Amino acid sequence: MEIVKPFCQYLAAMTLAPLLPGIVNRVKAFFAGRRGQPVLQLYFDLYKLLNKTPVYSRTATWVFRAGPVAGVSALVMALLLLPFAGRPSFLSFEGDFIFLIYLLGLARFATVLAALDTGSAFEGMGASREMQFAVFAEPAFFLGLAALVRVSGQTSLAGIFGALTPETWRQAAPVLALLTASFFIVLLAENSRVPADDPNTHLELTMIHEVMVLDHSGPDLAYILYGAALKLWLFAALIACMVLPRHSGSWAADAGLFLLVMAGVAAAVGIVESVMARLRLTKVPYMLITAFAFSALALIFQMGR
Amino acid sequence: MRTDPLSAFNFPASDMEPALFFETAASRLAAGGRTLAYFALPEGGGFRLVMAIGFDREGRVEVYSSRVSGPFRALTPSFPQLHLFEREIYEQSGLKPEGHPWLKPIRFNTPGAVPGVADYFTVHGSQVHEVAVGPVHAGVIEPGHFRFQCHGERVFHLEIMLGYQHRGVEKRLSSGPDARAIHYAETLAGDTTAGHAWAYCGALEALCGVNVPPRAQVLRGIMLELERLANHTGDLGALAGDVAYLPTASFCGRLRGDFLNMTALICGNRFGRNMFRPGGVNFDLDPALVKELKLRLAAAFRDVERAAALLWDTGSVADRFEGTGVVSKEAAEGLGLVGPAARASGVGLDTRRNFPYGPYEGFTMSVSGSGDVYSRAYVRWLEIQKSAELAAAWLEALPQGPLAADCGELRPDSGAVSLVEGWRGQICHFALTGADGRLRHYKVADPSFHNWQGLAMALRGAEISDFPLCNKSFNLSYCGRDL
Repeated sequence: MEIVKPFCQYLAAMTLAPLLPGIVNRVKAFFAGRRGQPVLQLYFDLYKLLNKTPVYSRTATWVFRAGPVAGVSALVMALLLLPFAGRPSFLSFEGDFIFLIYLLGLARFATVLAALDTGSAFEGMGASREMQFAVFAEPAFFLGLAALVRVSGQTSLAGIFGALTPETWRQAAPVLALLTASFFIVLLAENSRVPADDPNTHLELTMIHEVMVLDHSGPDLAYILYGAALKLWLFAALIACMVLPRHSGSWAADAGLFLLVMAGVAAAVGIVESVMARLRLTKVPYMLITAFAFSALALIFQMGR
Repeated sequence: MRTDPLSAFNFPASDMEPALFFETAASRLAAGGRTLAYFALPEGGGFRLVMAIGFDREGRVEVYSSRVSGPFRALTPSFPQLHLFEREIYEQSGLKPEGHPWLKPIRFNTPGAVPGVADYFTVHGSQVHEVAVGPVHAGVIEPGHFRFQCHGERVFHLEIMLGYQHRGVEKRLSSGPDARAIHYAETLAGDTTAGHAWAYCGALEALCGVNVPPRAQVLRGIMLELERLANHTGDLGALAGDVAYLPTASFCGRLRGDFLNMTALICGNRFGRNMFRPGGVNFDLDPALVKELKLRLAAAFRDVERAAALLWDTGSVADRFEGTGVVSKEAAEGLGLVGPAARASGVGLDTRRNFPYGPYEGFTMSVSGSGDVYSRAYVRWLEIQKSAELAAAWLEALPQGPLAADCGELRPDSGAVSLVEGWRGQICHFALTGADGRLRHYKVADPSFHNWQGLAMALRGAEISDFPLCNKSFNLSYCGRDL
């Protein structure tokens, strides 16, 4: 039984992840006075792309073909570690949060290598930007998780979020609030959302993430889009587990509430995208340094408590 | 030789000795003149160079011409505004401007030339990389090739290579006037229908010596200002879209359509086709339509006001616009920039004020000074207010009278320079008649012809990621430049 439930949660996460971009898009459409695309659009897109034949450049090597598969595999793996509604995850061990960070790093590495393999000036530019901003985003995320380890006294993700209770919020509200803010900024940057990037633009020269995947097509593009949805789910789930450390005891109630908060996080992303312009590319690092500062402050507060 | 815009002059009187021609041209340009047109006119197996110079402060036009047989003296080194004109002369006539620094084809319309195949400016060094964009773009836009020499994200130099859109419009217009000519003029640059149609009609009317009735003048003004409103509103939305600012992008996309629909109410076409004809206009407004237009104009303007207010009040937008893609006043004047792009750099040039025509007596222009994307956006907003005010006033007090006057025969051996302030800037049409009273040559200078180099200058030392935003802030026409 202890295996079956986490596995069901894992499957639920894998299935529901493409719903989040749909919610973001609907919120943006609402603000723009449009009806917007169906919430399930990404599922349709994935189905369509999986049935297509990919096109490969004659100058690209196996690195280019391996990129999307490696990227999505790393994220599928990362999701195994992720607790669902504060419940134990499918896979858990001491210090697995470091493993999670490395899995995300691996996914990024695979995408960047595939981009560089095309030899296109655009993709090289995108790869360079992606790595430049990762230098700022990863420490913020790492330090944030380290602070959570201090708060909960646990070193596995399942342990950390299992140990968070409403009581923790009463005791360490500033720490958790700072971490929520930090994780939200990292979420925006890591998932190429406004204000760090613009997922809707067609202007290659301004893109970060999108420009790296311009040459992928068919199932490869489906893996990339699915991987992006999983990544959004992952960051949103970390935030949801943090702001709603609820253990009502009822599995169904916990899961329902968790999903509601997930939708809320997606809506927040949509609202941010609707009310502000994206940052000048040179200013994105400042935003990520802010996230880093939030995480560092949280860690300092926690250690001084 | 002095003349006025929109009045015919005796062309042979502009003749000069070659040496005197270049001396005069250089001294007139140094004295504050701006080249309106400079081209090689085929004449008796050889060529005649013709230059029209505008004096913005005095509102005066001067035309000089001279027969040349071989290579001639390039004025570009002293007057960069001539660089594209001289390249054009070289491409079309084979006469070589001696001393021109960058003598490349501009339209690739000579036998054997392939668009885009030419030498490009390069920067050498181990860390310099080249980014080539186009001619096929990600959006549904016109083709053009852009080459960036970059160091990391910084742009050293941008070279813009166009010519893919060349259709031979000038040649078509040169064989007129005929019934099709007005339609070629209307589609010279599809989004500037009213501007080019008016310039074409203006040139013919000057050559016929006909006066356009006041009612037709005002109706033309309404068409031109609606065109400006539609395009400026669309541009504000597109600028917002480029920085991912959703609200203004969405609103302005719709509002542009509202202005286009008003144009369609007048003449049946959203882009204003078929409204202009030499001598006047084709469609009238009845009182019911005037009332409807007034209501729609007021409603649309109110909405644009709100959408624009959102844009100016949002800090993240201002942060993105300010200081991006700066073109200094010196550069703008040196390159002979026109239109909102020039006024955003503080250059006081608006054809409606400097060379008043038709219903624009007493027009005051809008200038915004810092030369960045913010200025180019803000100047558009100032002009939207002005245009809405003008159009509303005209609708309020439409002069009575006929819609058109009859154009007779064209004056033989004459020339006319027609200047109109299209929404992108000054449009210049230069028409010349032969001894038979038919058009002998027709020259068009779209504002984009002057302004593309301004975009290249805006990118000097800028971030390559700012290119799309800078490009949108100029929003130039490819086919208007390629003709």
